[in-house]
Amino acid sequence: MQLMNQMRLEFLSIPANVAFARVAVAAFASQLDFTLADLEEIKVAVSEAVGNAIIHGYGHVPDRLVRVYAALTQDTLELRIEDEGRGIEDIEKALEPAFSTDAERLGLGFVFMQSFMENFRLESKRGRGTTVIMSKSTGNNMVRAGEAT
Amino acid sequence: MLLDIEMKKDTLFVRPNGELDLGVADQLRRTLDETIEKGQAKNLVINLAKVSFVDSSGLGVLLGRYNRVSKNGGQVLIVSPQPQVRKVLDLSGLLRIMNEYPNENEALGKIG
Repeated sequence: MQLMNQMRLEFLSIPANVAFARVAVAAFASQLDFTLADLEEIKVAVSEAVGNAIIHGYGHVPDRLVRVYAALTQDTLELRIEDEGRGIEDIEKALEPAFSTDAERLGLGFVFMQSFMENFRLESKRGRGTTVIMSKSTGNNMVRAGEAT
Repeated sequence: MLLDIEMKKDTLFVRPNGELDLGVADQLRRTLDETIEKGQAKNLVINLAKVSFVDSSGLGVLLGRYNRVSKNGGQVLIVSPQPQVRKVLDLSGLLRIMNEYPNENEALGKIG
């Protein structure tokens, strides 16, 4: 699929940047014909992935970097969210719904990412960081106004 | 995020305005715990009408307060979530343990 646009964000691992990342990605994704409900789902997925990087990857240490790569093809947003934190010891267990290392958390971050996005993939190595890869398609073949032939 | 808080009898009404995510979770948790303790609130009514976004960090704060309030025999009621917020609440399973009402008066009526 032909690449139409791409962007990269790099920001400190502080909670305030969770909102920054999701709004930036949603604004970027809105170049495609996503519905408002789709964009809301993308925002939740980005929020969860960046939140995980800050909380679990870096253990709330605020001076590390989280990276977000986004690319657009004609009908798909592709996302890659990376940290260089502690990594996940047991990926299978981390993906179980309601598994959390913190009693005040629901352990549903990955459930939201998997529910709201497509082609979800998790790569992680102990001590080397975690990468979340996911995409979402607009699911329509509508022709934009002015593009009709 | 702005937070409007009101105590009526033994019920605490909380009306957050904005987005409930990791950026505000600690502040929200602290404020709610302090207010519940100070006012000796038995029940909690959370009006989500002005909340435009919630993720699992925001839901974690709600779940934590639910655990606290229900341990003391109280109820947590959700009022008027916007559709995108409701979708996340629903998927999380929180709507199975916290009842949802269209407005605060109906919620208050259920508490009795």
